[in-house]
Formats: sequence, C-alpha cells, structure tokens
Amino acid sequence: MEDIKKYLGGNYDIIVVGAGHAGCEAALASSRMGMKTLMLTMSLDSIASMPCNPNIGGTGKGHLVREIDALGGEMAINIDKSFIQSRMLNTSKGPAVHSLRVQADKKKYHREMKKVIENEKNLELIQGEAVEIIVEDNRVKGIITRTGALYKGKAIILCTGTYLKGRIYIGEINYASGPDGLFPSNILSDSLKKLGIELRRFKTGTPARVHKDSIDTSKMEIQPGDEEIIPFSFLNIDKEFNIEQVPCYLTYTTEETHEIIRKNLDRSPMYSGVIEGIGPRYCPSIEDKVVRFADRKKHQIFIEPEGLDTKEMYVQGMSSTLPEEVQIEMYRKVIGLENVKFMRSAYAIEYDCIDPTILKTTLEHKGINNLFFAGQINGSSGYEEAAAQGLIAAINAVHNLKGKEPFILDRSEAYIGVLIDDLVTKGTNEPYRMMTSRAEYRLTLRQDNADLRLTEKGYKIGLASGKRYKKVVRKKEFIEKELERLKKVIVTPTKEMNSFLESCNSSKLKTAISVYDLIKRPELGYEKLKKIDIDREELPREIRLQVETHIKYEGYIKKQMSQIEQFKKLENKLLPKDIDYKSIKGLSNEAVQKLNDIRPDSVGQASRISGVSPADVNVLLIYLEHKRRIRSGKND
Amino acid sequence: MIDTIAAISTAIGESGIGIVRMSGKNSLDIARNIFKGKVNEDLKEAENRKLTYGHIYNPEDGKIVDEVLIAYMKSPYTYTREDIVEIYCHGGAISVKKILELILENGARLAQPGEFTKRAFLNGRLDLSQAEAVMDLIRAKTDKSYDISLGQLEGSLSDKIDEIRNILLEMLAHVEVSIDFPDEGIEEVTYKDLKDNGNKVLLEINKLLNTADKGRILRDGLNTVILGKPNVGKSSLLNAILRENRAIVTDVPGTTRDIIEEYINIDGIPLKIIDTAGIRSTEDLVEKIGVDRAKKVVEEADLIIAVFDASRKLSSEDEEIIELVKEKNSIVLLNKTDLPNEYNVEYLKEFVPKKKVISTSIAKGEGIEKLEETIKEMFYSGEVEISDEIMVTNIRHKNQLMKAKKNIEEAIEGINLDIPLDCIEVDIRSCWENLGEISGDTISEDILDKIFSEFCIGK
Repeated sequence: MEDIKKYLGGNYDIIVVGAGHAGCEAALASSRMGMKTLMLTMSLDSIASMPCNPNIGGTGKGHLVREIDALGGEMAINIDKSFIQSRMLNTSKGPAVHSLRVQADKKKYHREMKKVIENEKNLELIQGEAVEIIVEDNRVKGIITRTGALYKGKAIILCTGTYLKGRIYIGEINYASGPDGLFPSNILSDSLKKLGIELRRFKTGTPARVHKDSIDTSKMEIQPGDEEIIPFSFLNIDKEFNIEQVPCYLTYTTEETHEIIRKNLDRSPMYSGVIEGIGPRYCPSIEDKVVRFADRKKHQIFIEPEGLDTKEMYVQGMSSTLPEEVQIEMYRKVIGLENVKFMRSAYAIEYDCIDPTILKTTLEHKGINNLFFAGQINGSSGYEEAAAQGLIAAINAVHNLKGKEPFILDRSEAYIGVLIDDLVTKGTNEPYRMMTSRAEYRLTLRQDNADLRLTEKGYKIGLASGKRYKKVVRKKEFIEKELERLKKVIVTPTKEMNSFLESCNSSKLKTAISVYDLIKRPELGYEKLKKIDIDREELPREIRLQVETHIKYEGYIKKQMSQIEQFKKLENKLLPKDIDYKSIKGLSNEAVQKLNDIRPDSVGQASRISGVSPADVNVLLIYLEHKRRIRSGKND
Repeated sequence: MIDTIAAISTAIGESGIGIVRMSGKNSLDIARNIFKGKVNEDLKEAENRKLTYGHIYNPEDGKIVDEVLIAYMKSPYTYTREDIVEIYCHGGAISVKKILELILENGARLAQPGEFTKRAFLNGRLDLSQAEAVMDLIRAKTDKSYDISLGQLEGSLSDKIDEIRNILLEMLAHVEVSIDFPDEGIEEVTYKDLKDNGNKVLLEINKLLNTADKGRILRDGLNTVILGKPNVGKSSLLNAILRENRAIVTDVPGTTRDIIEEYINIDGIPLKIIDTAGIRSTEDLVEKIGVDRAKKVVEEADLIIAVFDASRKLSSEDEEIIELVKEKNSIVLLNKTDLPNEYNVEYLKEFVPKKKVISTSIAKGEGIEKLEETIKEMFYSGEVEISDEIMVTNIRHKNQLMKAKKNIEEAIEGINLDIPLDCIEVDIRSCWENLGEISGDTISEDILDKIFSEFCIGK
C-alpha cells in the first residue's frame, strides 16, 4: 500500500467490512443491539446487491431466511418489500421440506435495504475500501482505508464476499475485478496474510443477462407464481399481498447448443486449466453439464426477470466461462433465444477466502480476538448463507464486547447451526451451499416453525422485537390449546360418522376415538375432519398448519426428538479451550492433531471431526469426568 | 445414563456357567419381562441381592430359553452404581447368546467395549487414580473389537453389507435429489421404485440374519491355525481330526475369500480351524496367501498347530514357521516319525524350547489322541482362551442387522401409507447408517457425492 498520511476517521464499537448480505445483517444486528457500528463498503450503490441469481430462498435456503427472520434479522422483511413472484416449492412432499422461493426485484431489494441501513440509529454507512486491519496483542484495534482514514473499533466483522483479489474470467480473457463490474479489493488480502491467515481460491460463475425484447417467450413454458402468496417474514404472515406477479419462463438447450460448446471447449479457462479456484458442484457451468452428462439431449434453462423497471433477464442454467462470441453463438441455439441480445455476458469469478476451520463456532478467529468472518470469505456461497453468518457473527461480536456468553445454535436447533457447524468443524472443499439433506433433524427444523424455535432466543438477546416475541407466544398458546381440544373431542361409531369416513375412503370406526387420533390416518387430515368437528373455531392458516403437522407426523417427530436427546448429551459436554490434547493419554495421534487444530467446543463437536473415533470420544468423556472431580476436590 | 446396557460377562467356551449382565434403570423391568421364577413368578424389587431360581423365556412365544439363577442389585451399591441384573445361565456359547439377544430385543442396548467400567467411573464408583487405567482399557477394548470386527469383515459379509448399502445409497440419493433439487428437470423418485428397492434390502437383510442364526456364534470357537510347509501332512491331520470328531459345520463358503474355516468340537471345546484351500490341496498356507497374510492369520489365532516333517531336513520354510509360532500359544507336531528320520523330537525342541512337541504319524493315526489331550489340557488350564470379543462382535453385527431390518420395514410401511418423502427418508437413512456401523462407515458426505455424480444439477 502506498504510504499516505492517515487521519482518525472515528471511534466505533464494531466495524463491518462489506455491505453484501452478510454485511447488512451484521451491521443491523450490531447497531440494533446497541453498538456504535460502522459499515464500510466499496460502493454505496452495491449494498445488498445480487450479482448472481435474482432469487431469495429455495430448498434449505428458504429455511435460513425464515430463521434469520425469527431471530430478528432483516432479509425476510426486505424481500417481502421487493419480491415480484413467489412460489412454495416441494408442496407435494412433507411440510419439513416445503421451501419458499421468490423472485426479487434486485434494484428494489438494494434500495429498500439501503434505506433501512441509512435510517438505523447507531449505524454509520461510509464508502471506502478497507486495506489494513490493525491488530495489537492479538486483539483488533481498527481498520485503515485506501484513502487514509483510520477507523478505530473494538471488533471487526469481515464480509468481503467475492471481492478479495477478485478475478473475472471470460474465455481467454481475464482481469482483476469485483463481481458485476465493480472494483476488486486487492490490498486487504495481504493484510490478512500478514496476520498469519492463509487464503485460498474459490470460484463461482454467473450466466448472461439478455434483453427481454430479444427473446421469444411464446416458444417457452410460462412459470407463474403461486396464487396464494406466503410471505417470508413471520411479521407479515397476516398481511395481504396484492402484487402483480411477474412470470418466469422455462426453455431448453438443443443439440446444436451442445455442439457449439464441445467445439469450443479448449477456449474455456476451466478446461485449459487457467482457473485454479474450486467451483461448486451444484452450480456447474453449461460446459460442465454438457461434458459430464454427454448423453442428455437437452438441459433446462429458466428465463427470469431481474426486476420490474428493467428489461434485463437472467438466463438460469447457462453460466459459462467460454469467450463472449461463443456464448452469444450458443445462447442463440437455445429455444426462444434465436435472436437474443446480450446485455452482460456470462463470467466466472475467482476470489480469496479462508479455511473456515480457523474460526470458532461464534465465527470469531481462534487466534485474533474480536476478528470475525462471515459470508463467502468463509467458503460458503449464496445470499442466504451469507446473511445467516453475518447475523451470528454480529451477535457474538456484541456478546464478546459485553462480556456475555457466546450465542451458538446447534445442529438440532437451526439450519444456521448446521451451516456454521459444518463450516467450522469439517471445513469445505467447494463453495458451501445449504441443502435440507445436510440437516440430520430435518423433520423438526421446518421453515414453518422457525419462529417457534428461535424467536424467544432472538428476543432474549435483544434482537427480536417485543412485538415479534408476543406474536410467537400467542401462536404457541393457540397451537397447544387446539391440540388439547382435539384430544378431548371424541367421536363414536355412529352411522353418519361411518358413512362420512367411507366417503373419505377411510375404514369405519368400531369404538370411540378422538379427532386427534383420527387426524393421524393418512387418508384424513385436520381440514378434512372439519365437518365432523362441529365446535371447531376457524383458526389462522399458520396455526392449522402447525396442528396438522404436529399430529400427522407425531411418530416421526418423536423418533427425531429422541435422536436429538442423544445428540444433546454429547453437545452439552463442553471441552475447555485450554486443553492440551497431547497430554491426554489414550487419544490416537490423529485425534490429538485434529483436536488441537479445531479445538472443538464440545465432545459432540469433537465427534464430528474426521479422524476422531468413538474410542477417542470415550477417552474425552473420561478425561472430562476426571477433571471435574479434581476441580470439585472429591476423590470418591 | 438413560439407557440400559447389556453384555456377556464371562469368557466364551464350554464353561459351566455363563453370566449375562445388564446395567441401567430398565434392568429390572427387562428381566421381569423375560424371567419366570419357580416359586414366585414375578421378580420383584424385594429380591435385591438375592439369587432367584427360575427360567428365562421368550415372551413372544412363551418358549423356555434356559434354566437360570438371577440376581437383582439395586443402585447405588453396585459396580456401575446403576441397577444391575445378572443372569447366571448354562455355559457355552448358545445359552448366553440367546439370553443376550432376548434382552436386546426387550429394550436394552448392547454395551460398548468397556462400557460397564466407563459407567462405573462416570458414576463415581471408581477411584480417580483409576481414570487413566479406565481410558487405557476402553481404548484397548475398542480398538481390539474394531480390529476383530474389521478382520471378520474382510470377506463376503462386508461385500454383502456394501451391496445392501449401495441400494440404500441409491434410494437416498434419489430421495434427496427430489427434495433438494425440485424444478431441475430431474425425474422425481417414485414410491414404486422405493418400494421395490426397499423390499430388495429387506430380503437381503433377512438372508444375512438367517445365516447369523444358523450358528455363526457356535462356529466361533478357539481360533486355530495349522501351519506347515507343503507335503508335511496338514491335510491328513485335518482329516484325521475331522474323522474322529463330529464336524459341526463343514463348509463356510465365503466367510473369507481364500481362507476356509472348519468347525469341530473336541470334547466340548469348540475349535475353529482356519484352513486354506491350500491345506487340502496340499499347498502351503504361506505360499498360497503370502507371508504377510499368514502372519496376520497367526496374529489373530488363539492356538497354532505347527507341523514339521521328520523325514526331511529342516528347511528355511520351517525356520520361518518356527519364527511365526515362537511367541504364540502353539503345539508343535513332528510328523512322519514312521519314516526314516532326519531329526528327532529333542532336536526340534531346541528350536522351540517352550512349546509342547508331540511326535506323530498321522498316516498311521498315531499321536492324534495325544494332540487332542494337549489341546484339552491347554484349554482347561486357561493357557489358551477364546477371544470373547469375537462373539460380542458377532452379536453386535446381528444387533445392527436387526435394527436395520426394523428401519427398512418401517420405511416400507411408510411407503405403503403414502407418508411424505422426507419422513420415509428418516427410516431409509437410519437403515443405511445402522448397516454402516457394521463396516465402520457412516459418512453422510457419500450421499452428496452420489447426487452430484449421478444427477445433472445446477442453475
């Protein structure tokens, strides 16, 4: 960095570097919890920007958004203000995997979020490039910007996204750049390296944006939104959304598209080996798909609007690293894109990120106090994953400064817990994406009960509002009351009753039974039994859903609850931070090394580290008991 | 400690009594469920620390399993400081095994290696100074059972488990891809496919359970290996022993790939003779399976019978065998003493000073009896022991198979009832994990790998 004169820009409790989805949640949570907060961004015009797909939510990701909301985060509220199409996915499957996904008006999402941030008291928003982190005695002190400002802060949260040493690849061409034509951050990486933090390269890609008037949607399948709109935020659950939804379109590649790709493969930097960064397997380029699934005659392509006041359309499924001229040629062989006009071409971006196993479960660096990391810098991908980490990092930064206990959600409590535990315990070899299959306790971690699971916690730490909390308390009461009532409503095998059951293809009653038990029959359900449950009051949709789910899947949920009970036992066995694992007799060498590296919080976390065997876990349990007895001075 | 654990507490063999032990708060309830007293039918709390005579029976069919003495010891004055029930039954492998299995079916969990001691320690029964010893013990026992478990798994059992798990993995990948990647143009999994595959899994698990029931445990006796260079008379020896003693099970195709096991019983002592196809076709163990493998077989043996040829000079192969048996429980046979001798028993003894050396002429049937006597002596004097871990490992396998069976049955039931995919997945995954515990392989990353390698996913 050039030697420039520095000046003191200000004193803060917490400094958030980056204003993407992680940065926004982090800065808002920090300031709302009473901390004087600074948010630094490379560009005020790119706050909460979506440089890739124009959606929020989807499988697993939708769960994260609901959890962020339940804790008092902003993402759900902001997307409820700016979505232009809404769909609940997986409705043919069980309620645990119903997933909300909406199309966002990108610019509106940005504007709304910027408004919220600008109006938040305790929060200052400044455009500037962080270039150096000041650390003294293993504790962060502040940050210096490219223009010479020194901002002092007691904690720093780094949410640098794909900006660090960002490099864009399009065919044979590559150049330093941030996402979406923004400036990269080229200097901060060196500051991190000086602090002893190793960096690695990940990559991700995005398809072209094309002009709406140049595509022929009449050749495509229209994809409208759901008739009934369900909002993301629990605060909006009773709100009416009278918006005009904008459709997406489904189309397909052709053999000709594939032929062009095959012919030009040698011009892709992915195939010539120029790109070293590791990309995500679930987000392959169209080249990858054509090569790996060579026998497929066509691939699905979705055309999605980027917003209401723009003609840019996102071509989902066509991310590519081929040269621009080849891109245009192959896009034009997709059905309905014969005359397509490009507005932005597809590209891959490579960036610096850390190995997240150097972080604690609070997302704080293990060696440098009050230095937190969130979002893509931790090796994750996705707006929702980033936002979730930003929120948790901020809560813990605040707790650190206030001397409070860490705020950790475990794998049985939230998808957020799964996400962070996976990152800091197992690390990741590719940009990490949330999926419902990563959650062991999927049946209990539903998007419809995120408020029941988490709002109380959010309220207790001073993040979720009193209004939000009261709403959840009321919801709980309603659910419990209705469950109790249904147990007490007994129906008998009368003629009318049995003919009703017959009409539902359900077997006749021989003895009296509660409506509660009757709901459990697969062919019946809460709604269907309304007819025979004459005293039933009409309850809100969300209550009915909870009641039905609770009763219908009681057996499965109970099974899962007993697994969680087992899980919790080891999770509650906390391992002191200062253990010298080498001194514990009976641990295998591999376990000693891994445990010393990761320094898990609990025996449960230790058990998830690869290389730590069940025998090692037993040894740790005995060791803890040994220590406990020495401490309590008893030797019985 | 919430759950109740159970294990066989006595070494396996033709001993007079066997003890099966339970620890945990459900011990008494489980015992009451499977025990009928002679005088008072029901076992009551009042019986604390008294021996009660009666029968263990299977509550499902009412059949008597064994005649036993039972002791209930109320917490906290017990080894583990939990409620303990001990059942004293007839010795030998069958009775203890049946009782243990019955206990497991009635709600106990199979104890992990060293778990009684671990509980004793965690519940404050053992002294602080014993902590390290406890850690060592658990470490050693766990490693040993793991080693043995793997040792047993080298053969077709492991192949079979892998095969079943692959079907399950395929099912899981289809289920997960349907759930996590809707809208990607991938054909959703059908309940019919799931059902067909589920039934396939159930069938295979049942097959394995049947072979387990046929007496896998019974077959596990004193792990015995016959060693000797080619043409020394190993096959004749084996045939001679087999002729004189009723073979309980003759062939075990596929226990391992190139090693065959013979099971015989010498006056109540179960022997598992590790035989290679080579012994019978007069090839050599070392030659056939390689020195390393032979060393491993020897390592795991409870008893070695090393055979030498008196009619030929000691060769380098003989010397290798001498090295292999030196540190092990072994009996040395000097065979072909009816032929012109190159050396005698005294000469051989110099090489194996601590071993019992018997002169035989297997072709003429001389010395076999003496060999059997010696085996009996060594067994009853405790010089050789059956590693009881083997049996525990077997029961563990069976236990895991039973769990997996229950999982897949519940999954199939769910499919029949049209229960949502994400619920059915819970049972399929449990089945896959329970089988994985047999082979020590339960990494869930496998499912993701499968998904990404087989399905074209990505937007």
